[in-house]
Amino acid sequence: MATGVAAWLPFARAAAIGWMPVASCPMPVAPRDHRRRQDELIVLNVSGRRFQTWRTTLDRYPDTLLGSSEKDFFYNEETKEYFFDRDPDAFRSILNFYRTGKLHYPRHECISAYDEELTFFGIIPEIIGDCCYEEYKDRKRENLERLQDDLEENKDVKLPHMNFRETMWRAFENPHTSTMALVFYYVTGFFIAISVITNVVETVPCGSTATQKDMPCGERYTVAFFCMDTACVMIFTVEYLLRLFAAPSRYRFMRSVMSIIDVVAILPYYIGLVMTNNEDVSGAFVTLRVFRVFRIFKFSRHSQGLRILGYTLKSCASELGFLLFSLTMAIIIFATVMFYAEKGSSSSKFTSIPASFWYTIVTMTTLGYGDMVPKTIAGKIFGSICSLSGVLVIALPVPVIVSNFSRIYHQNQRADKRRAQKKARMARIHLAKTGSANAFLLSKRNGLLNELLELTGANASEQKLPKSSCLLESQHHHLLHCLEKTTVCESLQIISPPSRFFLNLLTCIPLQAHEFIDEQLYEQNYLEAVMQSFPARRVSVSSRDGATPTCCGGRAKRNAALPNSARQPGPNQQSPLQELSAIHIQCADRPSHSTSRSKLNLKADDIGRLNCKGGRLTTAIVSLPSPPVLTAPDGDNLHGPPIHRPPPPSPGPSIQTTTSSANVIKVSAL
Amino acid sequence: MGAVVGTLTMQTKQRRPTRDKTDDELEMTTVCHRPEALEQLESQTNFCKQELQILYRGFKNECPSGVVNEETFKHIYAQFFPHGGKSLCHHSCFSHWCHHIVFCFVDASMYAHYLFNAFDTTKNGSIKFKDFVMGLSILLRGTLREKLEWTFHLYDINRDGYINREEMTEIVKAIYDMMGKYTHPALKGDVPQQHVDAFFQKMDKNKDGVVTLDEFVIACQEDEIMMRSMQLFENVM
Repeated sequence: MATGVAAWLPFARAAAIGWMPVASCPMPVAPRDHRRRQDELIVLNVSGRRFQTWRTTLDRYPDTLLGSSEKDFFYNEETKEYFFDRDPDAFRSILNFYRTGKLHYPRHECISAYDEELTFFGIIPEIIGDCCYEEYKDRKRENLERLQDDLEENKDVKLPHMNFRETMWRAFENPHTSTMALVFYYVTGFFIAISVITNVVETVPCGSTATQKDMPCGERYTVAFFCMDTACVMIFTVEYLLRLFAAPSRYRFMRSVMSIIDVVAILPYYIGLVMTNNEDVSGAFVTLRVFRVFRIFKFSRHSQGLRILGYTLKSCASELGFLLFSLTMAIIIFATVMFYAEKGSSSSKFTSIPASFWYTIVTMTTLGYGDMVPKTIAGKIFGSICSLSGVLVIALPVPVIVSNFSRIYHQNQRADKRRAQKKARMARIHLAKTGSANAFLLSKRNGLLNELLELTGANASEQKLPKSSCLLESQHHHLLHCLEKTTVCESLQIISPPSRFFLNLLTCIPLQAHEFIDEQLYEQNYLEAVMQSFPARRVSVSSRDGATPTCCGGRAKRNAALPNSARQPGPNQQSPLQELSAIHIQCADRPSHSTSRSKLNLKADDIGRLNCKGGRLTTAIVSLPSPPVLTAPDGDNLHGPPIHRPPPPSPGPSIQTTTSSANVIKVSAL
Repeated sequence: MGAVVGTLTMQTKQRRPTRDKTDDELEMTTVCHRPEALEQLESQTNFCKQELQILYRGFKNECPSGVVNEETFKHIYAQFFPHGGKSLCHHSCFSHWCHHIVFCFVDASMYAHYLFNAFDTTKNGSIKFKDFVMGLSILLRGTLREKLEWTFHLYDINRDGYINREEMTEIVKAIYDMMGKYTHPALKGDVPQQHVDAFFQKMDKNKDGVVTLDEFVIACQEDEIMMRSMQLFENVM
C-alpha cells in the first residue's frame, strides 16, 4: 500500500461494509488502536531553521529516518524538538517528500551533497520523481565520470611491486612515465611515418630509364624500397610481440582495435613473402598492398585527437546510420524520378536507374561534376529539387555529431586541465595538513621545554610557553604519544638479567620507542651521527642520575651531554646495533618556526623502517647485549633518583644543556 | 517551396489563438472547490472537529483541487489492494487442470465505481468533501439502519429501489475481481453465482426475484454473522 494514501485507510475500511452481506462467514476481529493518539505537531529543528509537520505525515514512510524510531536519537528533551545538524536547504526537499509523496531534486544543489543528505535520512534516490529524475541521473553520471578520471590519474603512479611485465605494459600505455618508453614511442612514430611516406613515394613516377618511360619509383629502386619496407615491418612486428607479451590479458589485447590494426598493417608483407612464387595470384598480391595504408591508423596511439574522433564516430553510430538511411531513400527516389524524366530525351546519359544514382549523389552533396546533366525541363526542375533537399538532409544529423565530438573533446580538455591543477592543489592541501602535524610536535616540544624549565628552576613566568590549545588537540596528541610508546622494540629481550632487574625498577620506561620526528631534523641527525660515530663508537652513557621514570607522558627527553669529548669506547661498542640517537630540540626562542614536513602521517611500517635499520638515526636506540654496564635507554628520565649502576666509564654528567651554535639541545641516549 | 511552406505555417498560427481561448475557459472551470465551514459539517455529521480536520487533510492531500473525480477515486482505492489493483499477477497453478502459468487479474476498479456512485449523491461525476464526509459519517457513526440503507443503495446500481439478480451478480463479481480472478474458464463464474444464490435465498422473503429495502434490512438484522461483522466499524476512526 502506498503510504501516501494512509489517510484514506478509514475510508477504505468503511467501504468494506459492502462486503458484509455477501460474506457467508464472519469477519475477523479488527485491531484496536490502544494509543488513541491525537495527531500532533512535530518540530524539526534543522540547524536552527524550524520545520513543523504532523506526526502522521512523517509516519507515512516508516523505513526512513524521520518515519521510524531512529529520530528519537535526535530528540532534545529540553526544547522538545528534534534537532538535526544538517543543511536546512536540502532538508526542504526531503520534508516535501513526506508531504507530497514526490521527491524533487533541486537543480542548484550539488549532487554529492544531495546524495549524502538522502543517505542520511534513509531515502533511496530512485524515488525521485520523473520530473527531476533525468536531471539527477545526468548530474550523477557526470560526477562519476569526473571521479573516474581522477582515479585513472593514479595509473601513472608507480606501484611499489611491479614485475617486469607490468612495468613494460605501463611503459607502453603511458609513454611519459619513463625515458625508455618515450624513446620507444617516438621511434615507433617515426617508423610509422617512414612507412607511410614510402608507400606514397613508391608510386610517384621517377623519370624514364632506358627500358621504359615514367616508371614509378617503386619499380625502379625495388631493392631500396624492399629494404625499407622490411625494416619497418620488423619494427612493427617486434612492437606487436612486445605488447602482446606485456599485456595483462592477452586475449583482451588481441581483440582490441589497436592490435587488429597492428596485425592488418604487417600481415600483407608476410603474405607477400609467402606468395611471391605464385604468379596467378599476383593480382591479389597487388590488392594486398592497399592494406599497407592501414599503417597510418597506428598513429592513433600517438594522437589523442584521432582517438577522440574515432570514439565520436562510434558513439554517433545511430545518427550516422540515420544519415545513411535517409540519404539512400532520397537517392533512390530522385534517381527514379530523374530516369523517367530524362527517358524521353535523346542521347541521355541516364541509361538506367542505377546509372542515375551517380547523378543523384553528386547533386545531393552539391558536388556537381557535370558529367551527367539533365536536358529536359522536367529533368532540370527535379534536379534542382534534388540538390536543395540534399543540402537539408545532410545538414540535419551533422550538428548532432558535432556536438558529440565537442562534448567528448571538452571532457578531455577538462581532464587534462584537472590533471595539471591537481599537483598544485595537492601541494596546497598538503601544506594545510602539515600544519596540524606540526602542532603535535610543537606541543611536544612545549611540554618538554616546560618540564626542562621547571627542572632548572627557571623562572617559569619568563618563558611561559603556550599550553595545548584545546581539549581536542591535547587528546589527539595524547593518542599519538600512546602510539609512540606502544612501538617498543623487541630488543628488550637481549638485555642480560641483571640489567633487566634494574630496568624493571624503572617502570613505564620504554626501551625503545619510535617517535614522530621532523624530517629535516632527522636528516640532520643522520648526517651528524654518521660523521660522529665513525671515528669512534661513542658510547655515551646517558646520565641516569636524576632520572625519574615517568609514565607514558612522553614528556621530557633526557638531556645528556653528547660527549664530543667523551670518546670512551664503552664495553659495548662492538654491538652493531648500538647507535646514537640524538634528538635535536630547537630552543624556545623560535618555537613556531617549523618549515619541515613532519612524518606524522607516516605509516607504521615506514616508522619501523626508519627506526630499526642499522645506520639510521631516529630517536631511540637499541640496547645492547650483555654489558655489565647498564646502558640506560632513552627515556623520559628527567627527574628521579640516581640509580645504582656499575661505574660508568665516564663521569655521569648531570643534565647539561649543551648548546651548540645553532642553539640546539642535543639529547642523546644510549 | 520554402516560401510556400512558410506561408502555410503562418496560416495555422493565426488560427490557434481562438482555440486557445476556449481551452482557457475550460481550465477556469476546474478551479478548486471549497467545502462548507467546519462547524456546519460538524453539525451535519457525527464527527468531531479534530476528526474532520484529519479527514480533510488527507482528502486535500490526495486531491488538491478539492473534488475527487472517478479516476482519482479508483486510483486511490486501488492502492489498498495487492499490486495496486488492476494489474497482472501470475500464479503457477499445479492443479490437474492447468500445468502452466495462469494469469490472474486483480481489478479493484469495478467495486470502486460502485462505491463512487454510492458516495456521489449529487450525481455530477465528482465527490466533494461534504459528500465524502457524510458518507463516512453514516458508515462509521451511523445507526445500524442507516448503515444498512447505505449498503442497499450501494447494491442498487440503477436506483430503482430493488436489487435484482443481475445487480447482485455484478456486485459479487466486482468483489471477486478485487481478490484476483483466474481467467481460466473452468474456474470462472461458478463461485460468484453461488454467493448470489445464497444471498437471494437469505434476503428474498417473498421469492419474487428482487430484494426490497425492508426485506434487506430485516434479513440483515436477523443474520447473526453479519451483525457480528458490523462491529468492525466500531473503531475505524
